[in-house]
Amino acid sequence: MNLFQLSWKNLTNKPLSLALNLILFALGTGLISLLLLLSSQLQEKFDKNLAGIDLVIGAKGSPLQLILCSMYHVDSPTGNISIKEAKPFMRSGHPLIKAAIPLSMGDNYKNYRIVGTTHDILGLYNAEIQEGKKWEKTWETTIGATVAADLGLKIGDRFQSSHGFATEAGMDMAHDGDFIVVGILKPSGSVVDQLILTNTQTIWAVHEHAAEEGSDTTAHEAHADDSRPLIEFEDRDITSLLIQFKSRNFQTLNMGRSINENTDLQAASPAFEINRLYANMGVGVDALQALAFAIILVSGLSIFISLFSSLKERRYELALMRVMGASRSRLFFLIILEGLLLAVLGCIIGLLLSHGGMAILSGLMKDAYRYAFSGWVFLKEEWILLAGALLIGMLAAVIPAVMAGRTDISETLAEG
Amino acid sequence: MLQTKGLYYSYDGRNQLQFPDIDCKKGEHWLLLGQSGSGKTTLLHLLGGLLTPKGGVVNIDGTNIANMVGSALDRFRGQRVGIIFQKAHFVKSLTVEENLLLAQQLAGAPASKTRIREMLERLNVGHKHRSKPDRLSAGEQQRVAIARALVNQPAIILADEPTSALDDVNCNEVIHLLEEQAAAVAATLLVVTHDSRLKAAFRNQIHL
Repeated sequence: MNLFQLSWKNLTNKPLSLALNLILFALGTGLISLLLLLSSQLQEKFDKNLAGIDLVIGAKGSPLQLILCSMYHVDSPTGNISIKEAKPFMRSGHPLIKAAIPLSMGDNYKNYRIVGTTHDILGLYNAEIQEGKKWEKTWETTIGATVAADLGLKIGDRFQSSHGFATEAGMDMAHDGDFIVVGILKPSGSVVDQLILTNTQTIWAVHEHAAEEGSDTTAHEAHADDSRPLIEFEDRDITSLLIQFKSRNFQTLNMGRSINENTDLQAASPAFEINRLYANMGVGVDALQALAFAIILVSGLSIFISLFSSLKERRYELALMRVMGASRSRLFFLIILEGLLLAVLGCIIGLLLSHGGMAILSGLMKDAYRYAFSGWVFLKEEWILLAGALLIGMLAAVIPAVMAGRTDISETLAEG
Repeated sequence: MLQTKGLYYSYDGRNQLQFPDIDCKKGEHWLLLGQSGSGKTTLLHLLGGLLTPKGGVVNIDGTNIANMVGSALDRFRGQRVGIIFQKAHFVKSLTVEENLLLAQQLAGAPASKTRIREMLERLNVGHKHRSKPDRLSAGEQQRVAIARALVNQPAIILADEPTSALDDVNCNEVIHLLEEQAAAVAATLLVVTHDSRLKAAFRNQIHL
């Protein structure tokens, strides 16, 4: 019957008070840990996918929407832009632009977006081929690692796309053309893991196909288009352009503004928009964090009160322990241990709740956005949280513990 | 085994309680009689090292505990002195057996469930070892308290009004058991009481 067992028995002897203390503490620490997990993982995803993109050019609309759609593939596009309009930025030899990567969207296969683009996108995300090759001809696709793993697609597999960005039950409007998988990418941890990449012409072909079915025409020249550079298709549309500058300077800084003011296009800066998103999120996160700290404070108080009031009931018990040979410091540590046990258990339950919640949330997020969060990643901030919990448990217990240590044996027993 | 000399105590610094010198030999059983307010409990606390005397000597088995302080005194008390109180108190969250285990552990003695079972059996409460103390009757509680006081085989056993809360039948039984168990571990027994029912049972008596 050591001190640890004794304090545990003392706690479990009052199950209701134990439960209340644990729930309060778990709620506070769980909330903080959940906030930490969410913001750190969200930030990590955002940062990783910034990928050195300096500007996104697309149709007018919400700049954040343009960024979310073109870089994170979570929102729908603001619209399309014609190659004629985008041509000045796509030309090679532009004095400021290092790379301009066209994106065309509009279709998905089992919720994974099909993006028509050029091979440059692979360099942007440091994506490498795991198996097979890069897409070359119309209808050829190279798929991200997550897509391959989740859908079980292999090289040579064929599939048909659906219109839009999510395959909803009953809304399955399959396009007729057969996509063929020619390559699979290595996992990169970035958004390309969740994409089906093909060339821009394929996206056009898909929609031509759809149009032809309606008008009963059969001829189409999609395949013939493969070899020609995109800028020659002036009357065609793309969704957006990802721009990388040669270097950032005064001119590049002004380029975005000038596009927005002088053209029908919209230019959005990812760094700026994402920071604004953080700032907006930050207000909510701060408020929740303050609430969580208040809960932790209250739970510390609740631990203090329950130890303090149990002390009154246990005065005789403590005196008795002194009679049986317990020193003052032993009684002191007994009470401290009770406080620490409450705090640590509460904290552990809180962490389990937040990580469990995160795991569930990640499942929901994955279905909705194809974005994977992990429930079982532990942050170093959580160790700080645990250390903080220990401190609070100790602080809450220290006054009752000092009182326990000061128990006057003779006086208490005489009252008996 | 248990000797005092010139022992006195004062609660407020003015009124002194003077105690007669005591000299109990090893294995002897003594009764200390006195009216309420005569300082019986104070004397018992001085003898048990629960209270430090203002002056005088308390000699237990060759050690003057009046000079001892802190955890050394706590340990000495746990190992050499068994105390039984008027009302039996226990650590409520522990079972009977766990309370006795705690007594062994706090005294720094090795945990021995065999010894505990044996003690409880001898006091006819062996079947209650898994019960919480507050589930026991007053008589059973007092018997468990005796078992706890004796589990570490102390040199002296002090009992403070061990029978005053009990009826005649339980009173006789408890005193009988106390004497029997004290004899079994060859301990010196000192019973402090105002209960005149006990007078007949003890040859050695001190009056306060």
